[in-house]
Amino acid sequence: MAQQTLSQSLAPEIEIDVAKLRRDLLMRQVGKVGYLLNALVAYFFLWAPIFVLVVFSFNDSRSVAQWQGFTLRWYSGIFANVAGTGTSGSTTSILDALSNSLIIGGVATIVATILGTALSLALVRYRFPGKRVLDSLLYMPVIIPEIAQAISLALFFKIIFDAINLARPDQPPVTYGYGTIIIGHVVFNVAYVVIVVRARLADMNPRLEEAARDLGASEWQTFWRVTFPLMLPGIIAGALLAFTLSLDDYIVTAMNRGIGDATLTVVVFGMMRRGVSPEVNAISTLMIIFSILLIGISLLLQGRSAVTGRG
Amino acid sequence: MPEVEVDLRHITKEFPGQRRDVIFRAVDDVSLEILDGEFFALLGPSGCGKTTMLRMIAGFELPTSGEILLRGKAMQEVPPFHRPVNTVFQDYALFPHMTVLQNVMFGLEMEGVKKAEATRRAHEALEMVRLPQMADRKPRQLSGGQQQRVALARALVKRPHVLLLDEPLGALDLKLRKEMQLELADMQHELGITFIFVTHDQEEALTMADRIAVMNGGKVLQVGTPEEIYDAPNSRFVADFIGETVFLPGRLDSKEGEFGWVRLDGVETKIKASLAATDIAADQNVTVAVRPEKINLFPIKGKVRYADGSSDEAAEYKTALLRDPDINLIEGVIKSSNYIGTDTRYTVAVGTHDIVVRIQNFGLRSDTHFEPGQHVNVFWDAETVRILTQ
Repeated sequence: MAQQTLSQSLAPEIEIDVAKLRRDLLMRQVGKVGYLLNALVAYFFLWAPIFVLVVFSFNDSRSVAQWQGFTLRWYSGIFANVAGTGTSGSTTSILDALSNSLIIGGVATIVATILGTALSLALVRYRFPGKRVLDSLLYMPVIIPEIAQAISLALFFKIIFDAINLARPDQPPVTYGYGTIIIGHVVFNVAYVVIVVRARLADMNPRLEEAARDLGASEWQTFWRVTFPLMLPGIIAGALLAFTLSLDDYIVTAMNRGIGDATLTVVVFGMMRRGVSPEVNAISTLMIIFSILLIGISLLLQGRSAVTGRG
Repeated sequence: MPEVEVDLRHITKEFPGQRRDVIFRAVDDVSLEILDGEFFALLGPSGCGKTTMLRMIAGFELPTSGEILLRGKAMQEVPPFHRPVNTVFQDYALFPHMTVLQNVMFGLEMEGVKKAEATRRAHEALEMVRLPQMADRKPRQLSGGQQQRVALARALVKRPHVLLLDEPLGALDLKLRKEMQLELADMQHELGITFIFVTHDQEEALTMADRIAVMNGGKVLQVGTPEEIYDAPNSRFVADFIGETVFLPGRLDSKEGEFGWVRLDGVETKIKASLAATDIAADQNVTVAVRPEKINLFPIKGKVRYADGSSDEAAEYKTALLRDPDINLIEGVIKSSNYIGTDTRYTVAVGTHDIVVRIQNFGLRSDTHFEPGQHVNVFWDAETVRILTQ
């Protein structure tokens, strides 16, 4: 009896408002569907245009709006035909443009990777006056609009060229060319390389280098036997990212190229002026696949490096 | 008398603080002599400067002033990779891109030891730390304890004069830590290499070290064997940091030789205790440091029971005790008791003070048990209690 009175006094009966519960459960369902819908719409707008582009690169018709059947002729056309024109009206074969892109991208990547790696080491390892300023300045190429950067580079080169040409009027004038394109690419690529390599370095245990020195390794041996191997995945990831950005770049390239210089993106833009053609679709599809591949490898390396970074 | 292996003379190390005009003094005029073949502990709370000391011996930091000598040779201009000193880092710092064997061989390769010879010696070192089968693994495939052993092998394979260990067992769990403590001590005795290790764990220092330097605020407060440090702390900080201590404020009444008589606030009887320093003047305010396990209790009325089961009348026992001039005896009242298995902790009110007493539980619990409110005699030997300056 005593037990019963106790339970009565301590635990009054639990009441559930069934109507309110139903309402709440319903709202929760609505919310779930909403989230899902949101994601679907977002992904649709991200991927549908790319999907259309890829599909129509296989369309057996010049018309871009109507499916006429499957073909690979646009792809084979890329490798055979002269398909594009530069702004000056001179023609460049797509293969030539591709090789230009690869050479510019390759050289810019190598230079940017070496500079970026050295800069990352300096920024992570050393304290020096003005470090914070240098640090934030480094991110400028990432933040400012690319068009502004492209114009400022073009202007900068123009001033230098004018000065040089004025100084030696008897020589053939220096002007824009592959050199200026490469320098332009190096400028923005360095920033990206530093961001990637630095993250890797910051993750690295500074005791590892101390351990190497403690065990008798000189600074030089420490760098090549310990620091560099541990940085390498980050360096490769940074280089791949830089190469991708270089291949995809149009604005900096277009504003700093010489007459007749054409990279793949320049050629594609030239073709676009005559409307979207199946060749453009095909080239774009190939570029997308190549870029995804490079970025994929880069991410893979960064992911792996994060694991190996910890002793 | 063994030679001095590491001689630290008036070492001071300052670091620039967060603000430009503030200087942080991590190590403040430390002088120490560490002997050849000694297992030496630098003990102190975090931020006391002990790791900075170790890093200066290794050569990673240079002292702002003072001199470091290894076997009588000044080390000021010698970079870490030329010092006959190796370090076991707190987080082991094993090279993640190398196998265990490559890690252990690294130091030998840097010395220019031939590959075959280096491989042989590296295998020997792995044998010594009982990990011969792990040679081809990567460090991340090993457990914390195994990584610790590899770090040890990597440092010892170089046959250094001095091995520095920075909180070597800090990352291990309790059971493994206890095992490694004994193992490290054994290894040190076998190899005869001077070990200097940094720890904040007083028990670890007491267990392993031949001598301990207790540090706080960049200064060395006391250097001595574990017994000296524990039984005869020279300052309130050392007494407090190592083991459990109750501090009772009072005033030094008189002194004679190593002993002093202290009047505790609110207690009739003067207390006889050993002086931590001879320069403490009579009439000075002092602190009496009491270790709970050095104090004993027996009831005022009734019988005193012994471990062997026999007993005595309390009054007779008291008379016998007081014949010894070194015995202090005060009456008190039990305030609370706490049973903790091996012993029971009592808080005893003596005058206005609370003294913590730890009584070992031999025999049945009831034999030595006191109830809250019970009047008891509290006694201890004068030598086990220290008079410290405040």
